[in-house]
Amino acid sequence: MAERLSNREGIKGMANPTRYGIERVAYWLQRLSGLGLLAYLIGHIYETSTIVNGKIAWDKMLEFTQTTQGHIFLTLVIGMCVFHTANGIRVMLGHGGIGVGKPGQPEYPYKAASLNYKQRLCIWVSIALAALAMMYGASVLLGD
Amino acid sequence: MAVVEVPKPSEASNTKTSQPNTITLRIARSNPSAEQELSFSEFQIPVQKWTTVLEAILYVKQNFDHSLAVRYSCRQASCGSCGMKINGRPALACYTKISELNSNVITVEPMNNFPIIRDLAVDFKQLISNHKKMKPFIIREDSEVTPESKEFVQTPQDLEKFLQFSYCIKCGLCNSACPTMATDESFIGPQGLAQAYRYVADNRDKGKDDRLKIVDDSHGIWRCHFAGSCSHVCPKGVDPAMAIQLLRGYLLGFRK
Repeated sequence: MAERLSNREGIKGMANPTRYGIERVAYWLQRLSGLGLLAYLIGHIYETSTIVNGKIAWDKMLEFTQTTQGHIFLTLVIGMCVFHTANGIRVMLGHGGIGVGKPGQPEYPYKAASLNYKQRLCIWVSIALAALAMMYGASVLLGD
Repeated sequence: MAVVEVPKPSEASNTKTSQPNTITLRIARSNPSAEQELSFSEFQIPVQKWTTVLEAILYVKQNFDHSLAVRYSCRQASCGSCGMKINGRPALACYTKISELNSNVITVEPMNNFPIIRDLAVDFKQLISNHKKMKPFIIREDSEVTPESKEFVQTPQDLEKFLQFSYCIKCGLCNSACPTMATDESFIGPQGLAQAYRYVADNRDKGKDDRLKIVDDSHGIWRCHFAGSCSHVCPKGVDPAMAIQLLRGYLLGFRK
C-alpha cells in the first residue's frame, strides 16, 4: 500500500537494466556480480571449513564441488570477479570526478558529458575482459 | 539570420505517408485519495508530425474527458511541469514529439518515485524540500548590493564551472529515472545533489563546508552509484551525474 502511494519502482525498477543505455547495464552487472561474489565467498568459506571435520568430510565436499556444474559455476565466478574489478576501477575513478568530463555550456541535443565515449569504452573493455577470462577459465577447468 | 525553408513537395509527401494519422494514447488513471486503483484509458488521437505528447493529452481533455488530471504550463520545456513516463521512460510531455517515439501506441503514466496525486499529476513535496535543504542560494557575509562593497567579479571560466547546473528546471525526471530513488525514499536524489554542486562550484559562494556536511549522509551522496540514468533523461543538459561525481570529489579529497 505504502509503495503504491509513493509510486516507487522498488527493486524491480532498480534491477531493470533496459531503458537508460549501457551505463545502466553496467550498474546492473556491477550489482549482480557483487552479489554473486558475496554468495561465492560465503560458499567458499563453508566449503573450505569442512576440512576441520577430517579427510573424509573434505573428500566428500570435493566430490560435490569438483564436478562439471561446479566448474561452470567457477567459470562464472571468474567472469564476475574480472568484470567487478575492471568496472569497479572505472566507477571509483568516476566517483572522484575523474573521466566524467568538464562542465560547459550545454548545446542541443544535450549529450551528457559524463556519459562520454571513454566511460562506454571502459564498460565494453570490462565486459570483454570478463568474457576472455571466462573463456580461459573454462578451457583450464573443463579442458580435460 | 536564420533561414526557414519550405520542404519540397516530394519530401513533404514522403513524410506524410510514413506518419500514421491516428495513434492510440493510453493514459494511466488513478486516484489514491479515493482509493481508485490504477487503470488505463485508451483514446484514438489524430496527430501531425509535430504533435507533442502534451498536445495529444490536451486533445483528450478537450474532446473526450476533461476530468483527466495533468500538470502543465509553459509548453516549451522551461517550467518543468509536465514530466511523466512516456512509453516507459521519464520525459517532458511538451518536449516529446509523437513522431519521434516511432510507435502507434503511446502509453503515458505518472513519474515513478513521486507520490501520485491523481492520474498524471504527482506530488513534488520531497523534491522541493530536498532542493531547499541544499541551501540553493549564495552564502557569504558581505553583499554586492551594499554601496561600500565591490561587485563580485566572475570570469567566463568561473561561470562555466556551474552554469550548466543552474539550468535545472526541477522537472523531477532525474529523480524518476534514478535506481537509488526507486528503493530509498530518504535519498536526496540527483536533482538536490546537482544543485548542491551548482553552489559549491560558484566562486562567489562560501557555503561549501555547510553543503558538504549535508550531503555527507547515509542517504546522501554515497548512495549514488553513477548509473548515469539521471543524465540520460535530463531535458536541459544539466548532467546531474557529472555534478554528483564532481561534488563527491571534494569529499574524497580529489578536489579542493
